[in-house]
Amino acid sequence: MSNRAKLFIPAIFFVTMLGLLLYGLFHDPSKVPSALISRSMPVFTRPNLFDDKAAVSNEQLKGGIFLVNVWATWCPPCHAEHPYLLEISEREKGVTFVGVNYKDDAQAARDFLQERGNPFKISFSDPAGTLGIELGVAGAPETFLLDATGTIRYKYVGAIDNRVWEEKFVPLLAQLR
Amino acid sequence: MNQVRKQKFLIVGSILAGSIVTVGLLLVAFDKGLNAFITPTEIAEGKVNGSHNFRIGGMVKKGSLVRKGTGTQIEFIATDFNEDIPVVYTGVLPDLFREGQGVTADGHMDASGVFQADTVLAKHDENYMSKEVKAAMDAAEKKKTGKLATEGAHP
Amino acid sequence: MIPELGNFALMLALCLALLQAVLPMAGTYTGSTVWMGLGRPLSAGIWVFMVLAFGCLARSFLHDDFSVAYVARNSNSELPVYYKFAAVWGAHEGSLLLWVLILSSWGYAVSLLSSKLPLDIVARVLSVMGMITAGFLAFMIFTSNPFDRMLLNTPSEGADLNPLLQDFGLTVHPPFLYMGYVGFSVAFAFAIAALLTGRLDAAWARWTRPWTNAAWAFLTIGITLGSWWSYYELGWGGWWFWDPVENVSFMPWLVGTALIHSLAVTEKRGVFKSWTVLLAISAFSLSMLGAFIVRSGVITSVHAFATDPQRGMVLLALLLVIIGASLCLYAIRAPVVKGSAGYAANSREVFLLINNILLVVSTAMILLGTLFPLIHEAIYGEANRVSVGPPYYNTIFIPLMALLAFFLGVSTFSRWKKTSMEHLKSNLKLVLLASVALGIVVPLIVTGGFNPAIMLAVALVLWIVFGLLKDIRDKTANKASRWAGLCGLGRSYYGMQLAHFGVAVLITGICLTSHYSVEQDVRLKPGESISIGDYSFEFGGVVERKGPNYDAQSATINVSKNGKPYRVMNPEKRKYHASGSVQTEAAIDTGFFRDLFTALGDPRGEDAWVVRLHVKPFVFWIWMGAFLMASGGVLALLDRRYRYKPVLLAEAAVQPGSEPQPVAAKAVNT
Repeated sequence: MSNRAKLFIPAIFFVTMLGLLLYGLFHDPSKVPSALISRSMPVFTRPNLFDDKAAVSNEQLKGGIFLVNVWATWCPPCHAEHPYLLEISEREKGVTFVGVNYKDDAQAARDFLQERGNPFKISFSDPAGTLGIELGVAGAPETFLLDATGTIRYKYVGAIDNRVWEEKFVPLLAQLR
Repeated sequence: MNQVRKQKFLIVGSILAGSIVTVGLLLVAFDKGLNAFITPTEIAEGKVNGSHNFRIGGMVKKGSLVRKGTGTQIEFIATDFNEDIPVVYTGVLPDLFREGQGVTADGHMDASGVFQADTVLAKHDENYMSKEVKAAMDAAEKKKTGKLATEGAHP
Repeated sequence: MIPELGNFALMLALCLALLQAVLPMAGTYTGSTVWMGLGRPLSAGIWVFMVLAFGCLARSFLHDDFSVAYVARNSNSELPVYYKFAAVWGAHEGSLLLWVLILSSWGYAVSLLSSKLPLDIVARVLSVMGMITAGFLAFMIFTSNPFDRMLLNTPSEGADLNPLLQDFGLTVHPPFLYMGYVGFSVAFAFAIAALLTGRLDAAWARWTRPWTNAAWAFLTIGITLGSWWSYYELGWGGWWFWDPVENVSFMPWLVGTALIHSLAVTEKRGVFKSWTVLLAISAFSLSMLGAFIVRSGVITSVHAFATDPQRGMVLLALLLVIIGASLCLYAIRAPVVKGSAGYAANSREVFLLINNILLVVSTAMILLGTLFPLIHEAIYGEANRVSVGPPYYNTIFIPLMALLAFFLGVSTFSRWKKTSMEHLKSNLKLVLLASVALGIVVPLIVTGGFNPAIMLAVALVLWIVFGLLKDIRDKTANKASRWAGLCGLGRSYYGMQLAHFGVAVLITGICLTSHYSVEQDVRLKPGESISIGDYSFEFGGVVERKGPNYDAQSATINVSKNGKPYRVMNPEKRKYHASGSVQTEAAIDTGFFRDLFTALGDPRGEDAWVVRLHVKPFVFWIWMGAFLMASGGVLALLDRRYRYKPVLLAEAAVQPGSEPQPVAAKAVNT
């Protein structure tokens, strides 16, 4: 290797490292923003959590503002955000809260909601996580905001707390109203 | 000329010796310091053999924490919601250690199938699961529901 | 209004920084002295507006203005005033503001203290610093503005500062650390200027050295404070964990140490020029890389900032532009600044080269260990994760540092250009014999046990200390009186010796603490006690106590020494009101020869608690050694020759690699 080329070794080494860091930044699937933003909710029909016979479909999530929360009893951050969800569901009367029970045991989920309070007007289960795949859900909790036409306007990954709510959701809600 | 040659020889020789020593050190260091991250499910599948040190991650199972007698020993169960692994640890637990929360522990498996932890780390931020714990749980979830998921995808 | 004013100040600072990045540099090409001269007033302007912005944010914190999102997230009306101020840099946005404030302060300092430098060099250096400032300012304003408001739904109470940060050590740790990180930008800017002009001579090295020393000293203090903090605040009694966040602050320090030594060679002998430039670029690059790793959450660590890939992307792009461009410039221009002087295989140059290689190899190994989990995952997929633990770092680092300590002793006695083997042998024979003999005998007598690791460490420490004492004696032997000889040695010489003495103290502290600490985690009921060495710890139970913004469970531990009451220690567990998080507060009795460390664990029924009790000999020497090293760096930069010697560039450029100026030569050379 010529002396000239050797001098580029640091630059090449550095760019390789940056490539690795770039990979590191995006390899965690939960960090990738949903490709579904500004598209409509996928077409689906899933059993109602409290009544296996009844079904919930995407048609029911139209004509108002819906907040769709993907949760599970096996997910500790979901436990953490649950009290806050209860609080805002009482405060935000114009928003319909929808719970998607993700890859979970339906009985455990029913017990959980009965014991700790149910923030959701509509609850359905997605035991196989297939709706989750269509929504690009990688874990729980994740929360979607739908406008009156059934279009996904925002997605948040992770537990919702006061700060997230005030910063991310409140301004959007103000626009949607 | 001879002087220059001698010097070149010295330089090449020392670089060679230095690299060999460094690589040797590196191999020893990786052998000692590298902990594979292994999930309870993988332990149950027999991925671990011998008493090598490794790191497990999972959740502290609700109601599993036991403080033993007059010593400082504690026992709990680490779970990825698919398989459970009993863990024994002696000492002071970190501030954020709680049942139902994520935990990672470094240590080894003893002959009776109990994980002997040397260190226990709890995740600092409670707003999200640690990447490692999350991956472990996702893997376990995939295993549990993988068949269903593929069936569901082609109805 | 105040937050808007702060925001406005940031915008103005950005505009000025853009002007500074372009105009003085353009002036060097057009030959316009007016444009080149703009560098100084512009850096003053940037600094003024950054101070204004910082003041605005501080005022918002002190007045509990929770309409500012950043304040609402990181403060609370219950927070003591001191921590309200410190909370300014308690999280991402504010610490970035501090970072840019410090960057602008270094730029302003360069503009003030560079009156003796040629105008075109000053113009280039300030322009490069302007580019960096503009980059980070733009990053702050557009992705992480600390002045963003939440006018709708202003919360009535803030979320509180992370309790881990509510501590004196951690409030002063970031400013020092950033002073160090960002201080390397000056050496970086000088390196870029040298590459652009192709002029890199003894004068250049002399301008760069004090700035590098200052940055290095700040970084040393910053890292030490961080280590001290983790020792008493995390409640584990450890002082270094090889955590990624620690590693990324340690890497620029190691490269900075190499840079200090290589700059010495470049100044005295005019060799290692392109190597020095590469080190200067690397030291600052590693500092910025550290900022990226801590802020992007790319590597999981116990104390990383909140993760945000968008921000990480922008920061990564910024790094690509700054570091990528400078390394490409290096690759293209390095042949122009090559050194020409020769040196023999056993000259001081070579020993300092060995020092540099050892430091750079250590850095590379730490970088590998830090990034290895990511590399492994990229190759084997997410299902096969690994973590790299302290044994990896200890295995690599301890032998390399032992070698470094050995060569430190040798190089003290070596001469520039060529050292005869006879000279080295005659000088080192006695020192070697004494340190090896005492290294074996002293541990045997004191501890009564045979421990090769301790013996090696003691021998190395004595090797360094005897070496530097003998060197001072030799240097003053031929003078009229010993006192006159001592006065004749320059500050930079004493600085070097002090820093090297600090290394010896540090090694002593690390080695003795690691080997002779006694650590016990025990379950104690009130009235029960346990003895460790001369000390007896009696547990007196736990009471509730109210703090300003927390409730504490406070334990009483009565310590007695050889049966006599010694003192009462009160380790606590604190639960902070606002966040509800629990924090262990250790109680420490610091002594010159040993620390007593107590921390409260968890309750185990019948009023019994698990208590962590440590007796740690010589742990204080770790911080003391690091402090001595930093003091050495400061002392060296106060050397006379850095102040009055307006060397004309042309004069120095005529004789590259020639014997340097007599004053300088007297200081270290003989």
